[in-house]
Amino acid sequence: MQNDKRPGRALLLALSIAGALLSGGCSSLEIKPWVSPFERNNLADPIMSFSRDPVAASYLHHVYQAREGARGAEGGSGGGCGCN
Amino acid sequence: MTIFSNTTKRLLAAIIGYLLVLPAQAAVLPEDRSDIMYHGYEGGGLSVDGPSVLVRKGFKDKVSVWANYYVDTITSASIDVVATASEYTEERKEKSIGVDYLRGKTFMGMSYTNSEESDYSAHSARFGISQDFFGDLTTLGISYARGADTVRRNGDANFEAETDRQTYRVDLSQVITKNLIISMNYEGVTDEGFLNNPYRQVRYLDPNEARGYGYESEIYPRTRTSSAQAIRGMYYLPYRAALKLEFRNYSDTWGIDAYNGEIAYTHPIEDVGLVVELKYRYYKQTAADFYSDLFPRSNAQNFLARDKELAGFQTQTIGAGISYEFETNWLPGFKRGSVNLFVDYIDFQYDNFRDVTATGFAPGTEPLYSFDSVVTRAFVSLFY
Repeated sequence: MQNDKRPGRALLLALSIAGALLSGGCSSLEIKPWVSPFERNNLADPIMSFSRDPVAASYLHHVYQAREGARGAEGGSGGGCGCN
Repeated sequence: MTIFSNTTKRLLAAIIGYLLVLPAQAAVLPEDRSDIMYHGYEGGGLSVDGPSVLVRKGFKDKVSVWANYYVDTITSASIDVVATASEYTEERKEKSIGVDYLRGKTFMGMSYTNSEESDYSAHSARFGISQDFFGDLTTLGISYARGADTVRRNGDANFEAETDRQTYRVDLSQVITKNLIISMNYEGVTDEGFLNNPYRQVRYLDPNEARGYGYESEIYPRTRTSSAQAIRGMYYLPYRAALKLEFRNYSDTWGIDAYNGEIAYTHPIEDVGLVVELKYRYYKQTAADFYSDLFPRSNAQNFLARDKELAGFQTQTIGAGISYEFETNWLPGFKRGSVNLFVDYIDFQYDNFRDVTATGFAPGTEPLYSFDSVVTRAFVSLFY
């Protein structure tokens, strides 16, 4: 049971950092984006998507998960949820 | 059984609490689309194929709902099956529904999945939230999933066992330059309950058997905790093409350590509406601590496994895909579509799983097992 709690703590830590950034931290940091919105044409190209086709990607993750010992941290959403 | 524990409810309440203080600014939901896919897997005596259908529809740029229906039709005469049982066929049906909600730059998703086959039922629920910040150069996402499975054994009406699963995931994507984006992911999974395959068996040296060995049931620990972390980069080349690199690392409490690397190249041929993709992937893992191809005697230790997925092995995948994108002016209500074919060839080479179907060898000296498989994905996507 001790092991079961570790991922939960990691998630709470990430949540705390995110919360600090989101609830006011951003206004004091005010980092100026070093890639302006008008410079993001290449990044917005569909070929730059990590998972262009969710159904096809989640199927391949399923193939690997069924035959390999490793699991988790696949690209896209993971878990075959069909979202981006 | 309640899917969410009190601790989880508090965690979800905290996440929702953060949501309420977030600023409202523009972002977008996933595009409305439908996909109809045929999937096929062939190799190592195993044949699996069937359809997968996804439908996604958004409402007022705030909410997007989706549903996925997926079927596996399985015919198995794999080496595990032919060694200790006979060929079988079965069907697995998986149904998922989900809803995504967008509030400013915050994206929130919930989904539920049910999978049913004659000897296995699985239910899982997932909740995730992500937020863009630092001028939309950074996206941080977290998600939690809870699963409850019921394992049965065909031909044994008295056998039924439960498995409980929790999944924690953190995703961070970061724009580095106008041509480079990276994504980092962590995923922790904890399982508790019956984690064996109820049909699989281990073999052990037995001088009373003519072939020199016997079989007995596998015994796995009742808990497993794993963590996986990955980093992926996507680079836009000086001409219109993309290069993807991936490295993933994995370890768990069963003693399996694994890593994989992947390189992929995507190249559109605009004149004819084609997109071509090529990729190579390498995967390697060590065996679980309680794995052995041949135990020295019956009940040699507390936990016993000879499942080849828990053996030491490496795989190499070579994949190619082609997509044809077309306009759908002739189809009212649709923006565009694509027809896609992806084929992957996977080679499996085992370090300590032997081919017991080879004859004329003393136990433990049979040749190491290896096999190839072909994975096919053929699908049509329509956007509206």
